[in-house]
Amino acid sequence: MLEESSLQPEWLSEEVSTGTTIIAIAFEGGVVIGSDSRVSAGASVVNRVMNKLSPLHDKIYCALSGSAADAQTMAEIVNYQLDVHSIEVGEDPLVRSAATLVKNISYKYKEELSAHLIVAGWDRRAGGQVYVTLDGLLARQPFAIGGSGSSYIYGFVDAEYRQGMTKKDCQEFVVNALALAMNRDGSSGGVAYFVTIDKDGTDEKCILGNKLPTFFDE
Amino acid sequence: MHTDLSETVIVFVSFFRNALLERDVAKVGCSLPGARKTGTTICGVVYKDGVVLGADTRATEGMVVADKNCSKIHYISPNVYCCGAGTAADTEMTTQLISSNLELHSLSTNRLPRVATACRMLKQMLFRYQGYIGAALVLGGVDCNGPHLYSIYPHGSTDKLPYVTMGSGSLAAMAVFEDRYKPDMEEEDAKRLVRDAIAAGIFNDLGSGSNIDLCVITKGKVDYLRPHDEANKKGVRTGDYKYKSGTTGVLSKLVIPLQLELMEESVQTMDTS
Repeated sequence: MLEESSLQPEWLSEEVSTGTTIIAIAFEGGVVIGSDSRVSAGASVVNRVMNKLSPLHDKIYCALSGSAADAQTMAEIVNYQLDVHSIEVGEDPLVRSAATLVKNISYKYKEELSAHLIVAGWDRRAGGQVYVTLDGLLARQPFAIGGSGSSYIYGFVDAEYRQGMTKKDCQEFVVNALALAMNRDGSSGGVAYFVTIDKDGTDEKCILGNKLPTFFDE
Repeated sequence: MHTDLSETVIVFVSFFRNALLERDVAKVGCSLPGARKTGTTICGVVYKDGVVLGADTRATEGMVVADKNCSKIHYISPNVYCCGAGTAADTEMTTQLISSNLELHSLSTNRLPRVATACRMLKQMLFRYQGYIGAALVLGGVDCNGPHLYSIYPHGSTDKLPYVTMGSGSLAAMAVFEDRYKPDMEEEDAKRLVRDAIAAGIFNDLGSGSNIDLCVITKGKVDYLRPHDEANKKGVRTGDYKYKSGTTGVLSKLVIPLQLELMEESVQTMDTS
């Protein structure tokens, strides 16, 4: 008879993490933000189609990575705080405000939380912006990558990024980066979601696994 | 509804007392009884008219079955039910607490509660306890926006999906779902699919067993089928260890009645008003 060490496999008690590859890039007039869709608990995939691009407001999205519970909770709290803030000021909030709210939580609960959110969006004052909030810092960047799968594409994004890319170039950049990372990282996979935000609105798209661009060795 | 993280305080005064107790008991060579876990296979599926939830009925205490027919599908509100895996006490108490709060909320809003509300309440409570409440839940129901199904993990993360499985038998059940799930199934197909998924968990996982309970939730109606399928019926014994009366021959019989005197008789009534 096969001996099992316990009736509860370890992955049942392991924390659910989003493994992940997330990426955001700003262009003239907007941003493109993208993610994979795999959620793992230890070695098991618990959700293969999770949309990690969470709306904080109409034209501001954040990409979740790290512990699923921490990231989801942070996004929901900031969503609430932004709603209150935008009612108080009477107009659409700035992307910088959203990023600051995320940063405040990340910094205050640095030791307790283990999630990284990339905030990206469009507002009237500064156009398309991408902010990183890792470890509680707040920095604006032309593009940002995060999650366990990002390690595999640092070379790719550094080599491929050029200033002045159009919206279409940015979408292609995001999809290619996600496809490459999902291929190499065990904790990333499933489908690719990406959202394009500009002054005209937000456009959410999903590319199924078998429709992703293929590279060498596939 | 939101959590104010500045009020997050983990209160675990018993934690230290329990640790000391465990150390003292270990000195004598025993161990404290463990928490009863439900082992478990639970799952749910969204079909054309609503949601079907399914669960096995075995509760284990270590390697021993503590309850062969426990009920893992808990009532949350008339249109929302929740299956629980993990620590039995945690799932029981958590679902009862949220059910109570949801009833008050529903009286206050004068509306039938929504599944998303129950999900928010559960995830915010579980996140507050940082995973120490071992409750992994499958929450399903039908509200004004249609049928919804959520899976909620002990640390507080949730997934909204058309089909979910949880518990130690979840991989076996998920294999069945991934093979045969189709969107917009009919009720009989959905019930059969859930029954087969739980059966896969029961027969391939040591922590799950006994019968299959189903709960079919549609707009305005709930069918709580307990048991839906007795997958493991207790067999009839072919032999008997009892001897027939008269097998042993009786040689003689002696009866001595005992002489007892009635000393005192008194009646005391208890006031039960």
